[in-house]
Amino acid sequence: MMAGLSIAITLLLVLLLAKPAGLYLYRAYSLEPTGLDRVFGPAERLIYRLGGIRPGSQSWKAYAAALIVSNGVMLLLVYAVFRTQAYLPLNPSGIANMEPRLAFNTTISFMTNTNLQHYSGESGLSYLSQMIAIVFMMFVSPATGLCAAMAFMRGLAGKPMGHFFVDLVRSITRVLLPIAFVLALVFVALGVPQTLEPSAAAQTLEGGEQTIARGPVASLLAIKELGNNGGGHMGVNSAHPFENPDAISNLLQMLLMLLVPTALPFAYGKLVGNPKQGRVLFVSMALLFVVMLGVSLTAEQEANPAIAALGYDSGQGSMEGKETRFGVPQSALYSVVTTASETGAVNSMHDSFTPLGGMVPLMNMMLNTVFGGSGVGLMNVLLYALMAVFLSGLMVGRTPEFLGKKLEGREMKLIALTLLVQPALILLPTAAALYAYPDTISNPGYHGLTQALYEFTSSAANNGSGFEGLGDNTPFWNLSTGIVMYLGRYVSIITLLAVAGSLAAKKAVPETIGTFRTDSATFGAVFLGTVLIVGALTYFPSLVLGPIAEQLTLKP
Amino acid sequence: MSQNRSTLGGPIVRQALKESVLKLDPRVMVRNPVMFVVEIGFAVTLLLAVVPDAFGGGTPAWFNVVVAAILLVTLLFANFAEALAEGRGKAQADSLKRSKRDVVAFRESGSAGLKEVPASELRKGDVVRVEAGQWIPGDGEVIEGLASVDESAITGESAPVIKEAGGDFSSVTGGTKVLSDSIRVRMTSDPGESFLDRMIALVEGAKRQKTPNEIALSTVLTSLTLIFLMVVASLPFLGGFLGVKLEVPVLIALLVCLIPTTIGGLLSAIGIAGMDRVTQFNVIAMSGKAVEAAGDINTIILDKTGTITYGNRMASEFVSVGGWSETAVAEWALAGSVKDETPEGRSVVELARKMGLSADPALAEGGEWIEFRAETRMSGLDLADGRCVRKGSVDAVKTWARQKGGDVPSDLDAKSDRIASAGGTPLAVAVDEKIVGLIYLKDTVKPGMKERFEQMRQMGIRTIMCTGDNPLTAQTIAREAGVDDFIAESRPEDKIAVIKREQAQGKLVAMTGDGTNDAPALAQADVGIAMNSGTTAAKEAANMVDLDSDPSKIIEVVAIGKQLLMTRGALTTFSIANDVAKYFAIIPAMFMAAIPQMDVLNIMRLDSPMSAILSALIFNAIVIPLLIPLAMKGVAYKPQGSAALLRRNLLVYGLGGVIVPFAGIKLIDLAVMWMV
Repeated sequence: MMAGLSIAITLLLVLLLAKPAGLYLYRAYSLEPTGLDRVFGPAERLIYRLGGIRPGSQSWKAYAAALIVSNGVMLLLVYAVFRTQAYLPLNPSGIANMEPRLAFNTTISFMTNTNLQHYSGESGLSYLSQMIAIVFMMFVSPATGLCAAMAFMRGLAGKPMGHFFVDLVRSITRVLLPIAFVLALVFVALGVPQTLEPSAAAQTLEGGEQTIARGPVASLLAIKELGNNGGGHMGVNSAHPFENPDAISNLLQMLLMLLVPTALPFAYGKLVGNPKQGRVLFVSMALLFVVMLGVSLTAEQEANPAIAALGYDSGQGSMEGKETRFGVPQSALYSVVTTASETGAVNSMHDSFTPLGGMVPLMNMMLNTVFGGSGVGLMNVLLYALMAVFLSGLMVGRTPEFLGKKLEGREMKLIALTLLVQPALILLPTAAALYAYPDTISNPGYHGLTQALYEFTSSAANNGSGFEGLGDNTPFWNLSTGIVMYLGRYVSIITLLAVAGSLAAKKAVPETIGTFRTDSATFGAVFLGTVLIVGALTYFPSLVLGPIAEQLTLKP
Repeated sequence: MSQNRSTLGGPIVRQALKESVLKLDPRVMVRNPVMFVVEIGFAVTLLLAVVPDAFGGGTPAWFNVVVAAILLVTLLFANFAEALAEGRGKAQADSLKRSKRDVVAFRESGSAGLKEVPASELRKGDVVRVEAGQWIPGDGEVIEGLASVDESAITGESAPVIKEAGGDFSSVTGGTKVLSDSIRVRMTSDPGESFLDRMIALVEGAKRQKTPNEIALSTVLTSLTLIFLMVVASLPFLGGFLGVKLEVPVLIALLVCLIPTTIGGLLSAIGIAGMDRVTQFNVIAMSGKAVEAAGDINTIILDKTGTITYGNRMASEFVSVGGWSETAVAEWALAGSVKDETPEGRSVVELARKMGLSADPALAEGGEWIEFRAETRMSGLDLADGRCVRKGSVDAVKTWARQKGGDVPSDLDAKSDRIASAGGTPLAVAVDEKIVGLIYLKDTVKPGMKERFEQMRQMGIRTIMCTGDNPLTAQTIAREAGVDDFIAESRPEDKIAVIKREQAQGKLVAMTGDGTNDAPALAQADVGIAMNSGTTAAKEAANMVDLDSDPSKIIEVVAIGKQLLMTRGALTTFSIANDVAKYFAIIPAMFMAAIPQMDVLNIMRLDSPMSAILSALIFNAIVIPLLIPLAMKGVAYKPQGSAALLRRNLLVYGLGGVIVPFAGIKLIDLAVMWMV
């Protein structure tokens, strides 16, 4: 009962925040002057002057090039920091330089908003690396995602694409930095450490020595959740009491994770001049979210029949791998939220979930359309919306149109290519890993298959949560997931910006009664059908061989 | 061509069966990536049918043989659909070719007079003389003379048409026959490039190119095929990790079931059949692109005369003047029209009859009929008793009455002005010196036009009427016909301006035209339909030619375009929705041997893994021929708004596409079990 209430309150708060946050995002990125300029203008103008940025609008090619090149430079910079952290200051615990392949993986991981961690935060990174490299990327990578989404939406709306660096600066000054700053202080108040002191040494009651890791956790925590990054200061992420002390911090983290992804549909509706366009997508995604949550809660509440058969009381549900201070409902909810928003923070071990409970996060990432990460989530959602329009739009007897623009050969080539990326990055590497590196997978059988599948799905969807149990800090996993994360991030950003550029250049067809409407409940159904049939069915065989087979073969 | 309307006869089917085997050639097949994948699957299973353990497989040889056979049948079905659609076009081309006989031409060659040459030696610019009974050797313009021409070979219309030098009726088509008189014709095309040649090439499909929407859809289908290829290719490795062995023929069966073979197999047939439906409608589309564009039309520009109205003016009311009764006007008008064979005259008789009057035969008896002449602008009847009845233009009748010594009734001018300002034409009726009243002649809207414009509106299409009439007349007709907008006193350049204005707003515009001065507008419009009776210039500029020269057909052409796109969308949706059931048939069957608990997913309770796989595959194959009639005829189409259309089609082809295969596969499974 209390569990149900707490979940309802969380979702209600998400719902209440989504629309105002969406309208704020719309204003923050407006191409026209707004009242926000008075607040942020002076600082921004200084940054533009220092950076030699001349605000104006770029072509989609210039926008995409600015995005790729600037992200590339940041990649090199951060790679250099990881490789030389032993020689750099702010390393009180004396942590060594990072090994090249792990540094390759980690750099890409944080630049692509994935935050897959093949290292353990408290022992693998110096404070400088945590603060300069990690936290820096935790700001710029969601900022980059937001930029791409804004340019994409502007293109769809037939407006100028905007300027990448202006959008990037605004993402940080107007959205990420102010909210993260305030929330960091709130987390400190809730008991999250924020210190540059080295790890503390403590005497345990048994008389043993314990090293207690600490550091500038609170500042990282706020942007970790707000930016859908997910990489924790601690290896066990938000399951660690220092990274998630209590129910309040747990609630705040979930609100932060969903804040931008749920706001974007409303910003989109406002931007294209028809709030219903955004609302249809929001409601469709919310439906998917609720279904996923329902499956997860049911699966986790049902105890594992094999354990129940041993005579253990499992009235609390399946508690394996969960923190007692959160319990089953808050762990299941957190797992759905973190994968729906492609954040990747965890407050429990997804690997220890029941097979179906573990399948829900996996499916969230495979679909990548249940809200999704900062900016890129909505782009993926709109990709499926475009696909839905193309497949069924013909049924009204006209060339398919989206927001008044005809979808023709050029756009569909790009969209078809984009659709290929995700399955290629998930299925092919998983097959390769299972075939060539079975020894790096800790479990045999179905669960082992799920581990590998989860790792690549998490990388391709830029989520970053792990199913664990993999020997993941090995050359194969570091290189393969590094490549998958990079391609999973940038290919679709480029192709979708190209789609937007191509659509923006077209003349809008006036809307008539004969136009296929994309702001109706019918379209919501078509959109969901496309997501489920084109998206989910692709992964059905692999899910059958992983979590579904595992569930079916559980022996009581 | 009209005689070839029911073309699903035996020879076409036989030819199509032959073609569907010839089309198995991989060089042809590779153009359709979806079906090419099926062909590769067929080749592999064929190998396995002969050498069952080529890949160390464990499936029995008979199973491999059956899978190979079903795949072959799937390919043949898809090829048959395409060949059948093409065959219907070819049959029409053949009948056109018959009219392209080897004709002798009489070419004028300067001082030498006429020289007899084969038609194939004529070049553009040559002048020939064609006498009654001779075939016109090629496309050209009449430069001298007037003749009636039988164009039935092209149009299927048996009534001859008049062709004369100058004006809009000067173009003649090769392969048509002069029935009377003689004409001098200047050739306007070289051999092989004539209208007839192009029509043959078009209906034969020799020049058929993929349309923009077809290209976009093919790309998406190819992408889906690649996705499912990756899904299936990764499965053996996933199975390998689990120690589950997956057999090659089973993987191929899964792949073929998942890739969109239904729409992949029917896609080109849908396109060809769409063009064919236009052709059967006696409209030749110069490209499939034009038919597709017709579906997207936002605005239709229609000429008033001949399209919306009959063009000839009909009596609609008798108006009395000078104190006469309406019946008296009707009676005298009737008397003046009994021998009038013009449409106006007949409409007067008709209107009087409606009022319950009939002509007194005694009146006409012995009377003398006065023909309408341009100088007099009157016609009428001189009765045997000496009285003279006249009807004609108001001015002419006034002059005539005054000459006879009569007065002009004071209310005549006011009443005739009222008729004119309402868009009508007043005709005055007089008996000797007495003017009794007026006949209100009105341009009449064709029956059913109002309803059709209403349908257009429901489809979101705006109609604009163009007319040379003054704004008042135009407005009256526009209101009566229910068009959305009109252009009065329009000149040819006004049409272009309207088209450009609409296109600037992103709209697609369709129009019909026949005159040379329509040509630029026809070229500017997204869909331009020229009348076959029109000039060569108009036909050159248009992207469709209506052989029946019925301008109101444009409305049907738009409907056919929409139907083409809808059919494509409906079958695509159906094809993709089918995957759900196929997954639930094959996936549990694949793994059941190794993981018996998979039986939970066998929600159709199919008998055995092998029958499940074969049933899904058989369903996948037979759904293609079952849908051929739908692909050919197009999905049912009723003009209505997009929301209603979408809901209906989603229900039928989307939801139906999910449900039907569950039932179909189960039935096939039952049948297979019953036979075994």
